Amino acid sequence: MLAVDTMKKLSFSKFIADGDLVIVYERHDTMKAVNVSDGSVFQNRFGVFKHSEWIGKPFGSKVYSSKGGYVYLLFPTPELWTLVLSHRTQILYIADISFVIMCLELVPGCLVLESGTGSGSLTTSLARAVAPTGHVHTFDFHEQRAASAGEDFERTGVNSVVTVGVRDIQGLGFPDEFVGRADAVFLDLPQPWLAIPSAANALKPDAILCSFSPCIEQVQRSCETLTKKFTDIRTFEVLLRTYEVREVKTNTVPGHGDISPMRLPRKRRQTTDGDIEQDEPHAAVVMAKPSGEARGHTGYLTFARLKCFV
Amino acid sequence: MSLCDSHSSSSPPKDNRIAWEGCSVLLDVNDGDRLVFARLTSASTLKIGKKNYSLLPLIGCPFGSEFQVDGSKLSRALPSAEVDNVQTNGDSELRDEIRDNREIVDNNKAQGLSGEDIEVLRSQGVTGNEIIEALIANSATFEKKTAFSQEKYRLKKQKKYAPKVLMRRPFTRSICEAYFLKYPDRIGHLRVDTLSLLLSLANVSTNSDVVVVDMVGGLLTGAVAERLGSSGYVCNMILGKKPHTMDIVRMFNFSDDVCQRTLRSSLEDFSSAEDDTFDELTRESCETDTIADVSCLSTINDSIMKEDSGAPSPDKQVPRACKSTKAGNNASKELIESWKKNGFSSLVIAAPERDPWIIAKDLLPLTAYSAPFAIYFQYLQPLANCMHNLQVEKMAIGLQITEPWLREYQVLPSRTHPCMQMSAFGGYILSGTRIFSPPLPTPES
Repeated sequence: MLAVDTMKKLSFSKFIADGDLVIVYERHDTMKAVNVSDGSVFQNRFGVFKHSEWIGKPFGSKVYSSKGGYVYLLFPTPELWTLVLSHRTQILYIADISFVIMCLELVPGCLVLESGTGSGSLTTSLARAVAPTGHVHTFDFHEQRAASAGEDFERTGVNSVVTVGVRDIQGLGFPDEFVGRADAVFLDLPQPWLAIPSAANALKPDAILCSFSPCIEQVQRSCETLTKKFTDIRTFEVLLRTYEVREVKTNTVPGHGDISPMRLPRKRRQTTDGDIEQDEPHAAVVMAKPSGEARGHTGYLTFARLKCFV
Repeated sequence: MSLCDSHSSSSPPKDNRIAWEGCSVLLDVNDGDRLVFARLTSASTLKIGKKNYSLLPLIGCPFGSEFQVDGSKLSRALPSAEVDNVQTNGDSELRDEIRDNREIVDNNKAQGLSGEDIEVLRSQGVTGNEIIEALIANSATFEKKTAFSQEKYRLKKQKKYAPKVLMRRPFTRSICEAYFLKYPDRIGHLRVDTLSLLLSLANVSTNSDVVVVDMVGGLLTGAVAERLGSSGYVCNMILGKKPHTMDIVRMFNFSDDVCQRTLRSSLEDFSSAEDDTFDELTRESCETDTIADVSCLSTINDSIMKEDSGAPSPDKQVPRACKSTKAGNNASKELIESWKKNGFSSLVIAAPERDPWIIAKDLLPLTAYSAPFAIYFQYLQPLANCMHNLQVEKMAIGLQITEPWLREYQVLPSRTHPCMQMSAFGGYILSGTRIFSPPLPTPES
């Protein structure tokens, strides 16, 4: 996933090889992470796909099953990974992730502490932001979950910049070796206020802490603790609204019950974005509307900068 | 005009959390009342009220330091190690506040001190904080106010009589927030959460070669360069004849290495073999862009920052010692050849005045297969058309239009609620992934 060396980066001459991780894209809400293995097959409702036929094709290729169904094979990115990873816990999604990375002011070379690791959705993006010279130390008190996350990081190849530790950060705080060394700390804990004093010790002056909490009561308590050593304490909520785009074939203004009413697009046979049947393009109008359903709440993000005492 | 050029050779030292001579800083006066970009030199000053203060005392202090007016100079105000008294003292009181505003009458008679009285105090060398205490002591209504409004009163007086200056690091976040607050037009109203999404959706990561169309003053170019650090390249693509301004890039304290990786090239360099279908219209609008950009971007608050007043105008300086340290040089032929051969790793477009489809159809083919891209636009319909065209032309999948929504909260004991003011709109983003389309379509059974 990360081009820690330039050989691994995406290019026109980057072909799928045995052992590569690919994201199998059926449609925008149906994707799967698959490790290409010469003798294996991938199976879905469109048929059986032989991995051997994938090898040597460029990333981004459309590949066919024995039955003529198709999928696309995409180069893995943290964004795609967030959509396909196995949920062992509630995970962070792109809007929160992007905002956290931006507000933590992460750049290559930074040292970041995270707890808990959870399913590693954010960790992958933290790793991307600090690679190749920085490092993410992520902690979870759940041994099995930490181990699974570690396996995932190896699979996605971010393990060179991520270390997973098993530790109860709320109870024990961050390890002493990090005192005064961290450029950023991210907390996603049920009682973040218990970890804040230790986070303050770990952070460099003026470095930023972020705490993610679903409930406002957690935020309230965290902010009270933060005022002791932090400044610039700000709490945000960030959400995304998605839009549906449709081509509507019509000879009249939509919405007016005329003789030739608006025809909504037919259900597509295989709903892949690539394929839209067009008959009279001159009579078609492209329209957009917000999707009917959306995530209404994920969590509150509280950011704070450690005061400069020296 | 610009204050940055003459000092752009001052590469950050190892510990870039301490302000050094020649570095760029963002000065936050009175909690965001004023935001000023400045470069720390022996000659630079900041105007507060009617007086100019030298910025020399800021050099050598850590970013995040707060300064206060101390006589005729700025001096550092160390935070007390004690608990912030506002929140904790107030806590128990506020939970069962008995006072309210029934006895507050707005008749302008509450303050016993006159303007002249205050001037006299000032001329006697009384500090700002002492003046505030005097104002409180002479206020007939202060004791009747609720603790919360007492705090508000104190804050209002502090801003006037004891102004504070916070020295922030110029990072993508602070730069974007500052412009969005003060000059949103110059960055195409690109909100910080929207910008953060662009960077994520375009997978800006180590060793990437990112092509950007930046008509947001260089904010996007700088943001991408900041993420890339000392690896990869950001290619600021010129559409038309004249380059789009990227003045904001100079606000970042980029090392020489990062500057050398922040390059420009022209779309024409990539289409040399193909026919040039560039229309005059785009060219014209580009020129107007550039003219508008001449207005000084380097000071975000018009009234202030007479920087480098002693130094000759950097525009006219003849020999530039290290030309290479300036971001925005033209990409070399070899580099352009390698981009043509390998394709860019991703594409980000923030061109508020251009049809996104016109740009995307030319630039997306320059990206590698499976490359992600993100397009920012303030209007929905052109993005919807762009998305539709990309589908019809089978250029991309995973297409989605999203609109970020950002709300800030006031969190205080017993007084937590969303902030009264919010930005209602952060623009739209069209994102997706380029796909490989074989020259001959495979027949579908």
